[in-house]
Amino acid sequence: MKEYKTVSKVAGPLLFVEKTEPVSYEEQVSLVLADGTMKRGQVLDTSEDLVVVQCFETTTGLGRDTGVRFLGETFKMPVSKTMLGRILSGGGKPIDGGPAIVPDKRLDINGAAINPYARGTPRDFIQTGISTIDGTNTLVRGQKLPIFSSAGLPHNEIALQIARQAKVPGSSDEFAVVFAAMGITREEANYFMADFERTGALERAVVFLNLADDPAVERTVTPRLALTTAEYLAYELGYHVLVILTDMTNYCEALRQIGAAREEVPGRRGYPGYMYTDLASIYERAGIIKGLKGSVTQIPILTMPGDDITHPIPDLTGYITEGQIVISPELHRKGIYPPINVLPSLSRLMNLGIGKGMTREDHKKVSDMMYSGYAEGVDLRGLVAIVGKDALSERDQKFLEFADAFENKFVRQGSDEDRTIAQTLDVGWGMFTQLPESELEKRIDRDLIKTYHPNYRK
Amino acid sequence: MYDVVKVGNEELMGEVIKIDGADTVIQVYESTTGIRPGEPVINTGLSLAVELGPGLLTSIYDGIQRPLEVLIQKMGNFIARGVTAPGLDHEKKWAFKPVVHVGDSVVPGQIIGEVQETRSIVHKIMVPPLAKGGKVTKINAGDFTVDEIVIELDSGESFPMMQKWPVRVPRPYVEKHSPSIPLLTGQRILDGLFPIAKGGTAAIPGPFGSGKTVTQQQLAKWSDAEIVVYIGCGERGNEMTEVLTEFPELQDPKTGNSLMERTILIANTSNMPVAAREASVYTGITLAEYFRDMGYDVALMADSTSRWAEAMREICSRLEEMPGEEGYPAYLSSRLSEFYERAGLVEPLAGGSGSVSVIGAVSPAGGDFSEPVTQNTLRIVKVFWALDANLSRRRHFPAINWLQSYSLYMAQLNDYYDEKVSPDWNKLRSWFMEVLQKEAELQEIVQLVGSDALPETEQITIEVARMMRELFLQQNGFDPVDTYCDLPKQLDMFKMIRAYADLAYAAQAAGVPPSQILAVKAKNEMPQVKFAKDYKPVLDKIYAGMEAEFKALRA
Repeated sequence: MKEYKTVSKVAGPLLFVEKTEPVSYEEQVSLVLADGTMKRGQVLDTSEDLVVVQCFETTTGLGRDTGVRFLGETFKMPVSKTMLGRILSGGGKPIDGGPAIVPDKRLDINGAAINPYARGTPRDFIQTGISTIDGTNTLVRGQKLPIFSSAGLPHNEIALQIARQAKVPGSSDEFAVVFAAMGITREEANYFMADFERTGALERAVVFLNLADDPAVERTVTPRLALTTAEYLAYELGYHVLVILTDMTNYCEALRQIGAAREEVPGRRGYPGYMYTDLASIYERAGIIKGLKGSVTQIPILTMPGDDITHPIPDLTGYITEGQIVISPELHRKGIYPPINVLPSLSRLMNLGIGKGMTREDHKKVSDMMYSGYAEGVDLRGLVAIVGKDALSERDQKFLEFADAFENKFVRQGSDEDRTIAQTLDVGWGMFTQLPESELEKRIDRDLIKTYHPNYRK
Repeated sequence: MYDVVKVGNEELMGEVIKIDGADTVIQVYESTTGIRPGEPVINTGLSLAVELGPGLLTSIYDGIQRPLEVLIQKMGNFIARGVTAPGLDHEKKWAFKPVVHVGDSVVPGQIIGEVQETRSIVHKIMVPPLAKGGKVTKINAGDFTVDEIVIELDSGESFPMMQKWPVRVPRPYVEKHSPSIPLLTGQRILDGLFPIAKGGTAAIPGPFGSGKTVTQQQLAKWSDAEIVVYIGCGERGNEMTEVLTEFPELQDPKTGNSLMERTILIANTSNMPVAAREASVYTGITLAEYFRDMGYDVALMADSTSRWAEAMREICSRLEEMPGEEGYPAYLSSRLSEFYERAGLVEPLAGGSGSVSVIGAVSPAGGDFSEPVTQNTLRIVKVFWALDANLSRRRHFPAINWLQSYSLYMAQLNDYYDEKVSPDWNKLRSWFMEVLQKEAELQEIVQLVGSDALPETEQITIEVARMMRELFLQQNGFDPVDTYCDLPKQLDMFKMIRAYADLAYAAQAAGVPPSQILAVKAKNEMPQVKFAKDYKPVLDKIYAGMEAEFKALRA
């Protein structure tokens, strides 16, 4: 293999190599330092006289004397069933002291788009045991449902609780968790690992760790490695895979960093203009394929800079994913766990997975009623601050109380409390007793009220 | 420019988008990983064109008219590279019935025969628009593939059923008319307050989660167009699957056949190559124009035009062109207007009339309507359905904001409603808008002083507006009955609310306190009107109940 010593410029994570033979786009590269150390990289731009190489590791020590070898193939990842229970670096190397992965297959980490015609409809209800998700923002297999959080909020606890409790009621299919951490601190990583070990979840998990002090460029491949593994487990081995990606904000920062180093024309707030497409190439790798057993479900976590949902990262994510779970600092300050604010939260695939035969026939109507009741109550709180509670009509006072009950009974639950869907819906009906029946009838059929309303149940 | 080329050893499909001295810039419709300098590029000399002929309906294509079903057979569940597939099935035989005879003169665009393509739709075979035309020397009836010659002319021309048309060029027509018939959608807020005309243009902008896609899908399901072209442009794969599984099972309210039989789907999901996303919009509108030329009313839904604009932005930034606002290319506005201009009610070359109505979803970044795509779109389209995240949060669906939205077709459509529905319609509609506007003003006061401080008549106004919102404007797309509401039922609901309002104001004038008026029990039955299949008896009961109760109150 030829080794070029024609590096003309190093800028951030990028190397500019001159006068090479034809090199293909996105080809893998080995960089050989003067002291013999090897680093990995990838071709970002290729032309007859200049090749731009992006280095996945720190560029300390790279210089004009660095040797560049083009490996003649694109980034492929070794995958195998024995990866379950393993901990790998953000670049895919084992870091748990175990042996190297013996590959069953080597797969392109960029994957390929699933033909929309080959996709199966996601409709298997996943019970997470958290009322605000199961009851009002239901998750189904094959969905991608991100958690929008902010700094200082317990999104990691919620993600772990979901990973621990998630199941499809009445199904005994094999499932696995793929966990990809991007730019999280060592402390957070330890927290995740301790919980995985405590609950024994590690046995059926594959963990990728890119820590805060690992090179930023490596972060751009970590989610792709995780999803390639997930797709292999799902579509070739038949597992139902839950992929947790945290924190996507760090991923986007890395993307911006590379964009800036390449001197690209930036889009909104300095993020590259192709960020939508780039994020889509990650998030869209969730789904079910007709005729195959497994599925890939994604829960990406991102922290919204400044708790701003219109920031490009949550904004573009929301346009790609099938809904979002929003964590609210206000509820957290009130001491409510999990502090999920249902009003801006949404699950687009919810209607496919709920109702008779899947959850319960009253699910949709109960959820709609709770939403509108809570929304009305929250609006009234603003009014109370101005005119006082006494100025409200009797009807409005009931909605005001309903909003409080909603937060304290429905939203609030223990971090180990695993509610079944029937329990969740019955909590809802319990709160409906506070409202006049004529209000319920605006959204719920009379038959359902007769069946489920505590006043009619014996 | 715009020639289709085959790039590299794998022969990836691409298109020439810039010629600069000795350099030619090509956008490739597939992933370019692994291509290296020195690989060959072959120019086909043709521009990007679609195949038009029987077999289009019920198909599902990617952005460059490759049938996704065929792609699965060729390359499995994932979309690989370098695979081509023709847009039409070239093996299948269709029964061709001529409608012209030997000796007749035919002109370009004229209909020469028919094929029963699906149970719902007769596909009309036309002379290609750019042909010379002439006297028919031979015409064949019987079963043919789309490639076999069915007609020969004395000009020496001969045509098969299939024609090709470059997607970036609008198909010609005789004349454009101004639209005067509403495109009925069965959605109360759209038909009742903000109608779009057949041949018109509408935009649905809204932040994520506000219901753009659901609204688009409701329109695709229930609008009374004869043909529906649905473009999923840079959107979610699972959503396209939902459309794919749902449409074949749904019944067309007009014909009773499956909705799929009048539908063409174009699915270019967000993770498929960007360049094909840019092309998908043109592919879709060309198919729509082709059916318009047969004399059909076609509705085209593009979800979402923002993804298309972003595809242009990505391509523009890769070309290092000077960007306009927010990094979008400076030609954004002209591209958008060129696209929407291809809508319209026209007299096709074949005579008669046909229309293409275009409804584009816009996904403004951060839900901010002042961004360039929304603003440039609003300058062109005549109907604006503003989606509102606040409404969707409180589960008010469709979450269309009635104060921000507008329709500029009202004046043109008034006559239709007067004649076809009822002379009361336009009056009731204006009254509705007035009350809703008034409510918005009153709500501001309520926010400050509470509702008890309002004068008595205004308390009733607030209640009437609440009924309008909850009964008329809210519509449950998932309820089998409420999902589609025809004009007579809409009129009955208009009248029902008006009847309550009249009785309530009269009672108030006669001295009945508002608290008693608002407590009238008969109105609690009103929601049942929405969900009852046979709603007339419910309505009669409500009228009888209201009259009795108000009479008792005044006594």
